[in-house]
This record gives sequence, C-alpha cells and structure tokens, in this order.
Amino acid sequence: MLQLDKINSGYGRAQILRDLSLTVESGEILCLLGRNGAGKTTTMKTIMGLLPLMSGQITLDGQDVGQLPPHEVPRRGIGYVPQGRRLFTGLSVAQNLEIGLRTRKSGQDTLEEVLTLFPRLRERYRQRAETLSGGEQQMLATARALCLRPKVLLLDEPTEGLQPSMIEAIRQVIVQMRATGVAVLLVEQRVDAVLSVADRVAFIENGQGGAVVPAETLRQDHSIVERYIGV
Amino acid sequence: MELGPYLILASLEGAVTAAVLALTAVGLSLVFGVMRVVNIAHGEFFMLGAVIAWWIAHSMGGHPALGFAVALVVAPLVVGAIAVAADMTILKRLDYDPERTIVATIGLLYIIQQLTLMTYGPEARPVEAPFNTRLAIPWFENGENGWQMIWPWGLGTTSYKLAVIGAAMTVLLGVWVLMKRTRIGLVMRATQTDREMALAFGIPVERIYALVFGLGAALAALAAVLIVPIQQAHYLMGGDPLLLSFIVVIIGGLGSLPGTVLAAILIGLSDGIISVFFSPTLAKILATLLVGLVLVFKPGGLTGSSGK
Ligand SMILES: Nc1ncnc2c1ncn2[C@@H]1O[C@H](COP(=O)(O)OP(=O)(O)O)[C@@H](O)[C@H]1O
Ligand SMILES: [Mg+2]
Repeated sequence: MLQLDKINSGYGRAQILRDLSLTVESGEILCLLGRNGAGKTTTMKTIMGLLPLMSGQITLDGQDVGQLPPHEVPRRGIGYVPQGRRLFTGLSVAQNLEIGLRTRKSGQDTLEEVLTLFPRLRERYRQRAETLSGGEQQMLATARALCLRPKVLLLDEPTEGLQPSMIEAIRQVIVQMRATGVAVLLVEQRVDAVLSVADRVAFIENGQGGAVVPAETLRQDHSIVERYIGV
Repeated sequence: MELGPYLILASLEGAVTAAVLALTAVGLSLVFGVMRVVNIAHGEFFMLGAVIAWWIAHSMGGHPALGFAVALVVAPLVVGAIAVAADMTILKRLDYDPERTIVATIGLLYIIQQLTLMTYGPEARPVEAPFNTRLAIPWFENGENGWQMIWPWGLGTTSYKLAVIGAAMTVLLGVWVLMKRTRIGLVMRATQTDREMALAFGIPVERIYALVFGLGAALAALAAVLIVPIQQAHYLMGGDPLLLSFIVVIIGGLGSLPGTVLAAILIGLSDGIISVFFSPTLAKILATLLVGLVLVFKPGGLTGSSGK
C-alpha cells in the first residue's frame, strides 16, 4: 500500500503540489485525473524521490520512503513507467530490461515472465530501443518497470499516442498486475480509458487533491468528471 | 633526400601525438558524455600525472624501468583519487550544473597549477624512458644499380615511441570493452542517456559520476606518464593537451568515443606532419580553424548527427 500524506513539492522554488494526500491499496487501480499541468507527473516524480519533498510523508507498506535518496526508492519496489517512455536509447531491448532486473536483483525467472507478457519484445530482443515502434517502446517501458517485481506500479499516460490494439495490450497487462496484488497508480487523459479499468478515481487540480470517487459512481454520473477536467 | 622519408618520420611523430591525445581526449569525452560536465581542469590532471611520474621515478632510484612501471600504475590511481575527491566535494555540491561546474573547474585548474608550482617548482624535469633503442627505418631508392634499400640518416624512431602507440591502443581497447561489454559500462551508458531514469531504476548516479570523473582524470594522467619520457614534466604542460582535447572532442562529436578516437588520429597525425614540414604553431592554428568549421557546418561533430 502506497500512501501520500499531505505532500508538498515542486521544482526549485516553484511549489507545485500542495498538501496532496492519496492512498493506493494493493490490488487496486487508482486513477489520477486532472487537466494538463495539474501536477500528475510532478506527483509521480515526487514519489520516485526525483523531486525533493518539502514536507509531508510518503510511505510504502507503512515504511517511510519519502526521505530516501532517489536511487533507493525503486529498490523498495516502486516501478515507474514515465510519461514519454524515456527508454535508455542506444541500449538494446535486452539491456533496457537488464537495467530493470538489476534494480532489485530479480532473476531470470522474472525476465521470462515479463517476456511472456510481452512476446513482441522477445522478437525484438537484440534491437536498439529507439528502433522500436511507438507501441513496442511503451511495452518496453512497462516491461522494464515490471522487471523489478514492483509492489507499486506508477504509469504516467501509458497509452498516449498509441493505436487501439496497443492500448488494449497495455490495459490487459495493467489488469493482470492488479490481479497479482500490485498497487497501480495510473495517470490517463482519456476519461473512457480510465473508467474501463479504474477501481477509484482521484482528482487533482492546481497541485491539490480533489474528490476521490469509486469508478463505479463516475460510470453512472459523468458530471463530476466534467467539473474537474471540463470536457 | 626526397620527401618520402620525411613524411614517414612526420607520421610516426604524429602517431605518438595521436596516441597520447586519444587517451587524454577520451577521458574528457567520457566526463562530458556521462556527466555533462565540461572539465577545464582536465589538462591539470594530465600535468599531475607527469609530475607524479617524475616524483616516483626520482625517489625510487634503481633501473629506470622500475620507477617508470610503478609510475604507470600509481600516477593514474593517485590522480583518479584526487579527481574523485574533487567530484564529491565540489561538483556534487553544485548539483553538476553545467555553467557552475565550468567556473569550478577553472578554479580547480589554478589551484592544482599553483600547488604544483609551490611544491614541484618551475623547472622542466625529464623522466628516463624504460627502454629507448633507436630503430632505423629503411628507404628504397632508384640509384644507378636499380632499386636498392638504403638507411637514410635521421630516419628512425625509438622502441619507446612504438611502445607508447601500442600502450595507448591497448588502453583504448580496454575502455571500449569496459563501456560495451561490462555491467558497469552498461550502467554508465544508461546514466549518460537519462540521469533521472537511471535513478528511477536504482542506479546510484552520484557514485557513477564520481567513478567517471576519476576514470577520465586517470586516463589523462596515464597519457602523461606515457609522454613524459619524451616531453619532460612541467607545471604548465597541461595547456596544450586541454586545448587539443577540446578540439578533438568537438570534431569527433560531443560524448562519442569512436568519434573522439578518430578525431584524435586526424588531429595528431596532421599536427605531426604540419609541425615537421611547417611549424607547430601553424598546426594549432589549422586545428582551431577546423573546429570553427565543424561547429558551423556540422555541429554534431564529424561522426554525430548534424545538430539537434
Ligand atoms: N521541470 C519543470 N520546472 C518547472 N516547472 C515545471 C517543470 N515541469 C512541470 N512544471 C510545472 O508544474 C506544473 C505541473 O506539471 P505536471 O506535473 O507535468 O502536469 P501534468 O498534470 O500535466 O502531468 C505545471 O504548471 C508545469 O508548468
Ligand atoms: Mg504529465
């Protein structure tokens, strides 16, 4: 279980997040929904320790991870699929996955499981990451995060700019991860995509947390969504 | 004597320059590539290598090969350690900010230079080569008896110069293997492409930076130990290697190791040839001009993609 308690953070002197609180349970998909620039990516970077925590607390299964040096955060079991994929270019698919495996010293069995989830990557195994198609790159970014056998998975707009078939493949994997007890924090722009997988939806506006509602409620009543993201 | 023998001589001198330059420039390129730090003090690490080599050779006595062999190992290690300390105490505190690290390494340049002047002094001091057999090079001439082999006076090199070229090639091969075939090389390349993602996958970037800065400085020091039996150690000797390394790194494409080696060979050889036939100053002028042209017409370097 990942818990953010009144966190404040930002870039240098520019504070973006203000007293944001969130909880993601194991085996749950929590969707973070908000306009462009609301602070969704900033939230994920703060969880990863890439932005300094000005105040507040971040805990993973009750343990404080907010004060760790950034490279220790993933070692506790937080997998990050960043916005824009950000693969290690120049490195092959195999090497990108190896970096993921080394994070928590996962073994060959983990690699096999991940490649079973994304058979396409096995075909492209020796290819350089930047030569993959957009969808394959997204698969690799997701696979790289799964290589560390995460307890928490952060996905920042994983379906941005993908074809429907690829979106479906990614969605399947996210749902499978939930079934194995992973806590999933998902950022998505497309409301319909969110509602089809989310268990709960948390709204964020100007770096502040808004309502947290069961996805079921939103499926029946779209008006709350419109109030927050104005579609 | 005809042109040919001179050209061979000049190329050999150029090859020695190229070998030492390639080592020095690869160190600079590695630091810039992985850390995005422009290390103005790189030439001083080179100088420290030479000075420490003299100091070791001088205080050991015995056969010159013994002192030299110890210097070859110890000088790069000591200089590497100094660089690691500089990284952890200075660069890390500046958060590796590109502009502030330039200013900081300029400061480091003067500190190292002045400390060396105060302790080692202003003299240029030689280190004896471990071996130095003269090797004459034959030439073929079409005389009255047809083609015959002659040994023109002055055409020759030394076994030591050939050894410098061989040693530099070996070390460069080692660096290539390190970057392409080892785990630590993989981690360094990942850090180079995306520092934030490296952190997000558990790579201790600060430790990698310290290691790379130390390795870069050690390569410069090693190059200096190799050249000091030919050139002598002096507290101001870091200027030329710094300038030439920058030229090479820019021409070769920032942060690209193969490009850097290629450019070092190009600059080293032409430096040797132009210096023999014309003047060393002309060689530097032409190299600097070439950098200007590369920056204008091919900003990514000769091997890099053209611009961003
Ligand atoms: N590197 C940065 N430096 C300064 N401000 C930033 C930086 N990145 C994002 N911001 C600002 O932070 C706010 C939140 O951005 P972000 O978290 O990326 O939004 P989103 O919800 O679209 O992911 C925006 O106002 C943005 O302008
Ligand atoms: Mg974003």
